[in-house]
Amino acid sequence: MTAPWSAGEEPQVYPIARSGDVVHIRQAIRALSQQCRLSLVDQTKMITAASELARNTLTYGGGGTVSAGMVSVDGRRGVAAVFEDSGPGISDVEQAMTDGWTSGGGLGLGLSGARRLVDDFQLRTAPGEGTAVTIIKWVR
Amino acid sequence: MTERIPILRIGKTLVVSVQFDLEDQTVLNLQEDLAEQIVAKSAQGVIIDISALEIVDSFVGRMLATVAAISRVLDARTVVVGMRPAVAITLVELGLSLGGVSTALDLEKGLAKLSRPTSSALR
Repeated sequence: MTAPWSAGEEPQVYPIARSGDVVHIRQAIRALSQQCRLSLVDQTKMITAASELARNTLTYGGGGTVSAGMVSVDGRRGVAAVFEDSGPGISDVEQAMTDGWTSGGGLGLGLSGARRLVDDFQLRTAPGEGTAVTIIKWVR
Repeated sequence: MTERIPILRIGKTLVVSVQFDLEDQTVLNLQEDLAEQIVAKSAQGVIIDISALEIVDSFVGRMLATVAAISRVLDARTVVVGMRPAVAITLVELGLSLGGVSTALDLEKGLAKLSRPTSSALR
C-alpha cells in the first residue's frame, strides 16, 4: 500500500460513481483544506486537482473511490487524497502525463495539470489493473 | 440532473451569474442554453460572472472557452467577469490560459468592454 496516512489520521472514503459525486468530493477536499489551514491559493489548487482526478476516475476508470484525509510527516501537515479505480488502467503513463493528450474527449489536462497543482503526486497503474493516484498538498 | 442557471437579459446583453459549484451536466446545459438565447434574443453580448466560484477546473474552463467561440460564430461577444485571483493562478498552472476568452475584473467593466465598438481588441 502506498497510502500516506499516518496513525490516528484515518481517511474518509467517498464513492465516485456519478457526476454529482465530483461536486461532493470538491466540498470534502475544501473542508479538509480549510481545517488544515492551507493558504487560499493552495486550497484552490488542491480542490481543482481533486476535481480533475475525480472526473478522470469517473470518465476513464468507470468510477471508483477517493480516500481523503489529513497527513502529518516529520511535523509537516498536509491534505492527501487517493483516487482509485479498477478500470482499464493506463498502458503508456508517459503519454497519459503529457499536456493535451487524451484518450477520451477531454482537454488532456487532468493528470498533467493536477500534478502541477500539488506537492506530491504518485501514479500507480497497469493495463487491466486499474489506476491509483495519490496527491498531497503540504501546509507551508 | 436538470439544474439550470438563469440567463438574464439587459438590452442586447445576456447576463449569467454562476452562484454555486456546478455539476458537469449543469455546465453543459448552460453552454446550450446560452447558444439558444443568443439567437432567440438577438443578443450581441454575453457576460458570465464567476465571482462566486471558488474553483474553475478544466471542465468549466473549457465551457467558458466554448461559449466564447460559439458566441463569436453567432455574432456576439462573451466577457467572463469576476474571476478570483486564486482561481486565475490555479487555472494558468493547470495549463488553461483561456487565450480566446475576453475577461474583465467585474460586471461593470465587463459591460463597458461590451459597449465598445467591435473593432477593438475584443475577439
